[in-house]
Order: sequence, then C-alpha cells, then structure tokens
Amino acid sequence: MAHTPTIARGGGDPSAPARGNRRKPPRRKASGLPPWLIPYALLLPGLVVIAALLLYPLFQMVQMSFQKVGLRQFRPKNPLPAEYVGGENYAQVFASDLFWSSLRNTVVFALVTVAFTLLLGTLVGLLLHKLGGKMSTVVIVGIMAAWAVPPTSAAIIWKWLFDADAGIINWALNLLPDWLSQLAFGRSDWTGEPWLNDALSIYLVLIVTVVWASFPFIAVSVLAGLKSIPSELYEAAKVDGSTGFGTFRKITFPLLKPVFSVLVVLSVIWDFKVFTQLFLLAGGTNMPREAFNLSLWSYIEAFNPPPDMGLGAAVAVVLTVILLLITFVYVRQIVKTEDVR
Amino acid sequence: MSPLARKRLGRIALNSAGVAVFLFAVFPVYWMVATSFKPNDEIFTTDFVPIPLSPTLDHVERVFTKGVAGHSIWEYLLNSAIVAIGAVTIGAVFALLAATAVARFRFRFRTSFLILLLIVQMVPAEALLLPLFLMVRRLGLYDQLLGLIVINIGLTLPFSVWMLRTFVAAVPKDLEEAAWIDGASRFTTFWKVLFPLVAPGLVATSIFAFITTWNEFVFALTLLNDSGNFTMPRALSFFIGQRSTDWGGIMAASTLMTIPVLVFFLLVQRRMVSGLVAGAVKG
Repeated sequence: MAHTPTIARGGGDPSAPARGNRRKPPRRKASGLPPWLIPYALLLPGLVVIAALLLYPLFQMVQMSFQKVGLRQFRPKNPLPAEYVGGENYAQVFASDLFWSSLRNTVVFALVTVAFTLLLGTLVGLLLHKLGGKMSTVVIVGIMAAWAVPPTSAAIIWKWLFDADAGIINWALNLLPDWLSQLAFGRSDWTGEPWLNDALSIYLVLIVTVVWASFPFIAVSVLAGLKSIPSELYEAAKVDGSTGFGTFRKITFPLLKPVFSVLVVLSVIWDFKVFTQLFLLAGGTNMPREAFNLSLWSYIEAFNPPPDMGLGAAVAVVLTVILLLITFVYVRQIVKTEDVR
Repeated sequence: MSPLARKRLGRIALNSAGVAVFLFAVFPVYWMVATSFKPNDEIFTTDFVPIPLSPTLDHVERVFTKGVAGHSIWEYLLNSAIVAIGAVTIGAVFALLAATAVARFRFRFRTSFLILLLIVQMVPAEALLLPLFLMVRRLGLYDQLLGLIVINIGLTLPFSVWMLRTFVAAVPKDLEEAAWIDGASRFTTFWKVLFPLVAPGLVATSIFAFITTWNEFVFALTLLNDSGNFTMPRALSFFIGQRSTDWGGIMAASTLMTIPVLVFFLLVQRRMVSGLVAGAVKG
C-alpha cells in the first residue's frame, strides 16, 4: 500500500496516495479467457454445486410442501404425478397437536441448551485465561477431546452413562446421602431408573449431551477473544480501583460483544436443528411421539411408512423459515464486523 | 488472612476448577474407551469399576471379526474413508477455485455470493433431505457411496470457501504480480506461486471438511439401505438398534470411529476457531 506522507495528516492538501494507478501487469498474448470472465469461471464449479445441491432442493422442498407426495407417487410402476393440494399440508401441520409439542420441544431445548452452553463456555474461557500455562494447556486438550467426539458417539456415550441398570449416573445418584437425594429429587433410590423412556428425561439427557459437546467451542472462542484484549486496559482498571465483576462488565463484556453475538446465533442455529443426538438417544424411529422436535417430526412423516413427503416438507419449511430469520441476524452481524464488500 | 495466603488459596480454587472442567470433558470419552476394554462382568454391574481390572480385547476383536450386521467394522471404516476422502478431494478443488475468485478479484455479485455462502450454511440439512433423497434416487445413486460423496460436497463447500478465502487473501499479491511480470502464465502463477502458499490453509480446510463428512449421519441414514454400504455412524446406529445391550462392542466401535477425528482435531484446533468465528475476533 502507498504510504501517505505524515505531513498530510496535518490537513491541507493531502498528497494523493498512489492507489488507483498501480502499474498494471503487461498484457499477455492470447491466454484463453478475457480477464473479466476469470472470476466467474473460477466460481462456476462451486456455484453449480451450491445451486444443484442446496438452492434447487430448497425450492423443491417448498414446492413439495404444496403437494401430495406419498406411496402412489413412489411406486416403481407408473407412479402418479405429484398432486397440487394448496395449503392442505400446512393446515394439517398447524392443526396437529404434534406441531405444538415439537415446536415447544425445539424452542425450549434450544433456549435452555444455548443458555447453559454459553454460560459454561464463557466461565471456562475466563478460567482458561486465568490458569497458568501448563494447566491451561492440559484443560484445553481435555475439552478438545469432548469437542472432537462425533455426534453419533457422543449420543451413544451418554446413553451408556445414563443406562438404567449399569449406568454410572444412577450409581452416582445412589451415592448421595439419602436425605440430600430426598431433598433435591424427592427420592433416594435410583437403581434401574430409566432415563430414556419419557420425553422430559430424554431432553434432560439430550441437554447434557449437547452442552458437553458444544461448550468447548465457546470456551476456546472466548479465550481467543480475551487474548486479543490489551492488558493495559485491565491495568488501568486496576489502578482505578475496579475489581472482578465490575471489570468484566465494563471492559471484558463490551469488547467481546461481537464475539458473543456470533456465538449466540451459531449456537441457536445448531441447537435448533439437533437431529442425530435426539434420534439416537430416544431410540430412533420408535421414539415416543411427545419427544419429537421439528427435524425429527419432519423426518418421520416423510420416511416412516406410510411416507407423506408433502407433510414432511411442510414441517421442514416451517423449521427453515424460523432458522432463516435467525440467520438474518447472524449475517447482519458478520457483514458489520467483516469486509464482505 | 495475609494477602499471600489469599493468593495461594485463589490459585488452589482456580486449579481445582480447572481439574473439574477437565474431568467433566474427558470422563465420558475415557469411559467409552475403558468400557471397550472391560470384560462383560465389569461392564454389567451396578458397582463402579474405574479401570478395566482384567483388560480384554474381546470386544475390539469381535467387532472386527464377527462385525455388525454381517460385515466387519473394517468395511464400515473403509466406506466412511471412501466417502470422506472422495468428498474432500473434489470439494477442495472447487473451494480453492471459488476462494481464489472472491479473494483475488473484484467483480459484480461478489458480495451477493459471500452472503449466499453464509445463508446456505444455515439451511438445515434435514430440510434438504427430502428433495435430495428424490434427486439421488432419480439419478440412480440411491444406496451408493457415490451419492453420499456428491451430497457431502454440497454440505461442506460453503464453509470451505468461506474459510479458505481468508487464507488466499493472506498471501501477498505482490508475489503473483512479480511472477506475472517475469512472464509466467496465469496457470503457472496460480500453480507455482499461490498454491504452495495456500497449501497449509487448504489442508486445514480439508481436515475440517473431512471431519464433517466423517461424522455425517442424517444422509447416511436416509440414502443407504444395504448394510454393506453403511458408513461408520450409520453402522453404529444400526448396532445400537439391533444389539442394544452389547455395550462392550458398541463402545469399541465408537472408539474406533472417534480416533481419526480426535487426531485430526488436535492438528487443526487453532484454525478451526478462527475459521468459525471468522473476523468477529479482531486482535
């Protein structure tokens, strides 16, 4: 970049930075594409993939949500063309009691999980920042291990930890002194407690599973943010007599706000569409219907016999609309903090 | 209390909190590994058996020889590797081209393209499941690894481009211009100058895509039917549905699936954070 002479800062006529007239590379003999076309040619394969595998299906999903697509449209011998049914699928979705229970499960789960994930993640991030070098490295490697575990494995591990008969959680709860267990949970014997039978306790286990797997990302991001705050600020605050929480509220939090807003939105988006962990914890397609969230309900309507893909698509559209609204906030935040221009 | 004692107490409190976090994070992983080496009577007990007292390789051996759903776990690991490597290789080429375009050129629709990338990343895969399922069937790719490869390219590409463009932008433009002035062709400039400098970023991005593909479950669940084609996550879910009490075997299989990801993860952990929070952390 051309340097503007220091004198120019004093006002007056700034000597024009030589930005616009950089020397252009010499023209090459015919090398195929005209220069203006090159970026488009480079983008082409990626755009084709995105259009064919993400945009077109999105359009098709909306289209299907207005159609009846079932067994008769699927049979190998003279399948019927999909039949346009207008808003019938949507009417069916909103009339179903499953809609309200799945929506409630989706939203409440996301809110609770995001709150816990962010709280725990931030605390651990702050802790990592305070810990000594060696200890901090050890803890980072530890939480990385939790983060790295594939969702399928994570679900299965927690299913095992919460196993009714030989699970370690029931063993640990039985260790509690009876009066304490009585006081906190109203019972003292946890032997054989089945955690994965009814919706409420399924979601309890699911929250633990997802928080466990996602707090490391928050912690490491917060740590990265903290490291970028100049230590002079903290020294100045100390001189001015600020302590602990005040410093966090007045310095740390405002400076990390952009990080937090991105983290919140990312977490909400991730937790809104949780599928794999719920599917595995709750026992696949045989899970209790009250435990459906929107993703699972859509999947089960569309693929469990008798398949009703139109209905499944309508549920998926509802979920997507909610997510795109949240995404809008995220995109705005990113555009604000980063140069996409 | 003297300031010194208070300070020491504070350090002890911090370190214990560190230990607690470490245990919470690591214990479940440890328990998975430990269970896969325990004999059955140490697994199915209401007592706490902290370590395998008489460690055994029975479970590991069983998932390899007897396998799951009639196939050795090797086959599933191999299928997963084929899908992941296939999707990552092709995806990396596409991502590199697109990232070069957005990081090196100014053109119309550049901003629109970047915003498009952000938005499509957020579309839930479950929502695309239905149309993609029908598309894959129409193309005759149902129950084939190739179908899954194609889908995973689509799923990972937006993020790969997004992450890779920062690496391309970080390479000083002067280098390319110098090569250009020395008479190198466009292709030579790209291949001999830009590519070697972007290679580390390309590796990091590819590892990220590899992990995503390796872990992918929903599409493997929907698009694969014959157990011989299962990828690891799909095989694992089949396993737990079919022999739900064989915890030794399930944990052994789960451990085997986790190991490659764990190794890759520790390799790219730092880049991963910067890629995900892209720019929000300005330092």
